[in-house]
Amino acid sequence: MSSKYSNITVKAFRRENGRVGVRNHVVILPVDDISNAACEAVANNVKGTLAIPHAYGRLQFGEDLELHFRTMIGTGANPNVAAVVVIGIEPGWTKRIADGIRETGKPVAEFSIEQNGDFETIRAASWKAKEFVHWSSELQREECSISDIWVSTKCGESDTTTGLGSCPTVGNMYDKLLPEGITGFFGETSEITGAEHICQKRAINEEVGERWYKMWKAYQDDVIFAHQTDDLSDSQPTKGNIEGGLTTIEEKALGNLEKIGRTSQYIDILEPAEAPKSGKGLYFMDSSSAAAECVTLMAAGGAVIHTFPTGQGNVVGNPIVPVIKITANPRTVRTMSEHVDVDVSGILRREMTIDEAGDELIDMIRRTANGRNTAAEALGHREFSMTKLYRSA
Amino acid sequence: MSEIPHLLVHEHADNVGVVVVEGLTAGTDMLCCVTHDNSTFRLTAGADVPIGHKIALKDLNDGDTAIKYGEDIGKIIAEIPKGGHVHTHNCKTKRW
Repeated sequence: MSSKYSNITVKAFRRENGRVGVRNHVVILPVDDISNAACEAVANNVKGTLAIPHAYGRLQFGEDLELHFRTMIGTGANPNVAAVVVIGIEPGWTKRIADGIRETGKPVAEFSIEQNGDFETIRAASWKAKEFVHWSSELQREECSISDIWVSTKCGESDTTTGLGSCPTVGNMYDKLLPEGITGFFGETSEITGAEHICQKRAINEEVGERWYKMWKAYQDDVIFAHQTDDLSDSQPTKGNIEGGLTTIEEKALGNLEKIGRTSQYIDILEPAEAPKSGKGLYFMDSSSAAAECVTLMAAGGAVIHTFPTGQGNVVGNPIVPVIKITANPRTVRTMSEHVDVDVSGILRREMTIDEAGDELIDMIRRTANGRNTAAEALGHREFSMTKLYRSA
Repeated sequence: MSEIPHLLVHEHADNVGVVVVEGLTAGTDMLCCVTHDNSTFRLTAGADVPIGHKIALKDLNDGDTAIKYGEDIGKIIAEIPKGGHVHTHNCKTKRW
């Protein structure tokens, strides 16, 4: 069925594997924390590249190590990335990550530091990075359907205005664009607590809903109840949430879930940083509710644009994925406007409907896909935070 | 709506609403709007309540359930008069 959203097109980068990206980064990716310095040196040598330093990658094991590999490979494989230089301390894990990214068909080169040192590694990697920049900078945007865009969402520094305005705006966007064939992500496992009975029912069928509930319950039992020392009254809701008027996790969760709108249903559940494999539709990713961690995981899962409702004014960005900030809080618009891409405070004044707000967000997604820099990009917010499941060996 | 509302309420079943203007002072005759159907009513603010914080729509007692979005959002742990400020000092999660 055709709607006014069916014919939306964007100018974007179609990658070797058919996926569509909205940015064209050449990434210098460290396998581990001790390779950050070499990656940053290469990025300094070769303009137009982007190093993504991080804190982990040594002596991890089991599921935690698998998550590390998924996050690294997923980040490099993201269609917003044109080409990747991978640098690690030793060749084994470096090759595993480079080969994982290579499956997309994009150019990848790998370098390891042992028996070369930083100097020789930086020299060789810089030559390759320069070659990738020349190649990628001649790639042209081409016309793509809005249905080729993978859009994630996660809210942050929420308050009561997010449940009234900015989260329903995202929900309205999903209700309109998921039927057009986009792929969507939501998550924040701990933050569904209090609305789990509603979230379970939003699955496409009972089997998926049951699997969702088991995942949510496992987090409650294995993480929250195993490690809590109090009622989480300083963590979930956060201090910022409480300042903004949110009192309990139940209240926060019900506002959070407004992000999947009135009619959208999720078709499957993803591990953290896992790429969807069940076709077009909405996915729940088992993920942290901390902003940078969640956006990082969803970017590794393949999202190319992130929609981020905020109340009190979370300023998060991501190195490879544009993060669109939406707020309904008039005080945040007044005091932090440099961070706001879509102002929907008119909803609170009853001057703007949720339907109108959803259309404004869709238009901002279109403009962002075409190349408009988001507030977070303009301000240099490149938070890359990896989720770690337990202590390293 | 020509007048801008002071308080928004999600559903008719709710017993709390959200202040959506800055600098609300005690005694203000608030225009309240139920977003579900845009119906309106008036209520007097019983306290200075910051933007985003909640106000009781009726007298609430210790042990009552706070209702917002038509759903249970926690337990009331101290008496709150109609028009009073509802927050962490008088409302707690039933989880965790």
